[in-house]
Amino acid sequence: MIRRNSGADSIVWIEEGTSTTPYGICVDSRPENVRRFRGFLWIYSTRLTSGPLSVFTPRSFTYAEAFLFANQMKPKTLQSLSRWLGLLSILLAIPLWALVVQVSGLPKFILPSPADVWTRFLKALEDGSLLYHTGITLAEILLGLLAGVTFATIVGYLLAKSRPLEIALSPYLVASQAIPIVAIAPLLVIWLGDGILSKVVICALIVFFPVLVNTVVGVRAVPPALYDLMRSLRASRWQILFKLELPASLPVLLGGLRIGATLSVIGAIVGELVDAEQGLGFLLQLGDFQYDTSMVFVAVFMLIALALSLYGVVTLLERKFLKWQK
Amino acid sequence: MTTKPILTVKDLSVTFPDNNGGLDALGTLSFDIHPREFICFLGPSGSGKTTLLRALAGLIQPTSGSVNFMHHHQPKIGMVFQQSNLMPWRTVMENIQISLELDGAGEIKAQNKAREMIKLMGLKGFENSFPRDLSGGMAQRVAIARALIHDPDLLLLDEPFASLDALTRERMWTELSNIWQEKKKTVVMVTHSINESLFLADRVMVLTKRPGKIKLDVEVDLPRPRVDDIRYTSHFGKLAKKLRAAIE
Ligand SMILES: Nc1ncnc2c1ncn2[C@@H]1O[C@H](COP(=O)(O)OP(=O)(O)OP(=O)(O)O)[C@@H](O)[C@H]1O
Ligand SMILES: [Mg+2]
Repeated sequence: MIRRNSGADSIVWIEEGTSTTPYGICVDSRPENVRRFRGFLWIYSTRLTSGPLSVFTPRSFTYAEAFLFANQMKPKTLQSLSRWLGLLSILLAIPLWALVVQVSGLPKFILPSPADVWTRFLKALEDGSLLYHTGITLAEILLGLLAGVTFATIVGYLLAKSRPLEIALSPYLVASQAIPIVAIAPLLVIWLGDGILSKVVICALIVFFPVLVNTVVGVRAVPPALYDLMRSLRASRWQILFKLELPASLPVLLGGLRIGATLSVIGAIVGELVDAEQGLGFLLQLGDFQYDTSMVFVAVFMLIALALSLYGVVTLLERKFLKWQK
Repeated sequence: MTTKPILTVKDLSVTFPDNNGGLDALGTLSFDIHPREFICFLGPSGSGKTTLLRALAGLIQPTSGSVNFMHHHQPKIGMVFQQSNLMPWRTVMENIQISLELDGAGEIKAQNKAREMIKLMGLKGFENSFPRDLSGGMAQRVAIARALIHDPDLLLLDEPFASLDALTRERMWTELSNIWQEKKKTVVMVTHSINESLFLADRVMVLTKRPGKIKLDVEVDLPRPRVDDIRYTSHFGKLAKKLRAAIE
């Protein structure tokens, strides 16, 4: 028999005869979460009891029972739990990686072990090179993103508002998408030099199109009835822009920014791989030339971290500005 | 009436472009509206009532004819649309405040007025709700509050009470009637309900089927303030019968 603790906490207990064992923490009582409850139960229960695993094998335990004994849910608990799961899967991947290195016996310059990469990371951190190059790449990304997004939203807005303009410009826009950025990156480096500028421009270019498309879609999707409202109140062009069009299309705009943010990381690296004296792409290539494969891994992980952080920032923006959705 | 009309509609017609020669939605029609008059339009669905309101609000250009305001100055308009037409990203408070915000009113003043309207419309407790959490009737009350808050010269109401339950609707009639009496606004309202029009209006006009023309124009000479019981008087019945006969 399963019973919820009578107190305010959310521990679920199992009663077997005279003994009571804490089974786990039940997180939610809402039906849609009861299903998850079962999935998560195991994780919680391992934390709470030290008995053999067999205690936790699925018992005659139905959703309905779980529902009955579940505590009221704090969604935050569930969130932190799923975050914890994500971390767990990463933590599990590392020993697996170490195992592969050990079993395969591959040399360090082909597949370094997690420990090698960690040591290399600390070293690069210590001599300041890692932060320096990450900073350069981040600057390229942010400047490129800023330029690309600004330009794309302005052009996108004009396109959304004017059919003739759209018809006139769309052949160029579509054609520009047919050329892969890697094909024109060398040209841009030749024209703009191997400094930061060429990378910013590559970033901006790669960000431009998805943000443009989303701007057009977003602005076109503003409900016509709301234009009627604004015009009945004699709103000015600027008021319509800032009080109607911008907030109404914000969900789609932020969707564009989300794509753009991820692409901008690719843009910066493509540019740096063509030719650069600094940045994570440079570090990557340097590691490659010097058979310092650990360094390559460090650079790749930094890139992943950059991309994830940018993604996270956009998610935060969405959470802040799109509260009204869902 | 002896006063000068606040609004003169002359030979108005509206034709929407379509694939075969255009869709005649409205017209031709002419009428005057005097200051402080409460006018109702009745008419079958598709007779061009919404189109007429949109033309009065200046949201569409007449295909022919004209809509002229007194002294040729654009009046301040409060409009309630057939669908509540709220901004989903704004809370109830913020939705109600938009009219004042566009007028450049200060935030404190706007908030105070909005609170007043919220109380009047029975929306207390929902100040910070988003439109997705409102029932249809509540959303419509927010829309009415939004149309009233900036003290417009001309109120244009497109079936504002259609989505309300009978009880709330009748309370809103009284409420609107009071507001109209107190603030002496000019109101043009579209409705499907004969009762509603007789309870509220000074004058009821019935439109024909599309394209809408004025088929009947009646003065409602029932005494004010109009109380519930008025519906059971013989004069009310006579007027209702006349309107019923005119609506196709
Ligand atoms: N923007 C538009 N473009 C083309 N046709 C339109 C447009 N607006 C309205 N119409 C047409 O004009 C006619 C009148 O429409 P309107 O909305 O004014 O009718 P209504 O009297 O308000 O009807 P209801 O009582 O159903 O609200 C309809 O046939 C409608 O299809
Ligand atoms: Mg209508």
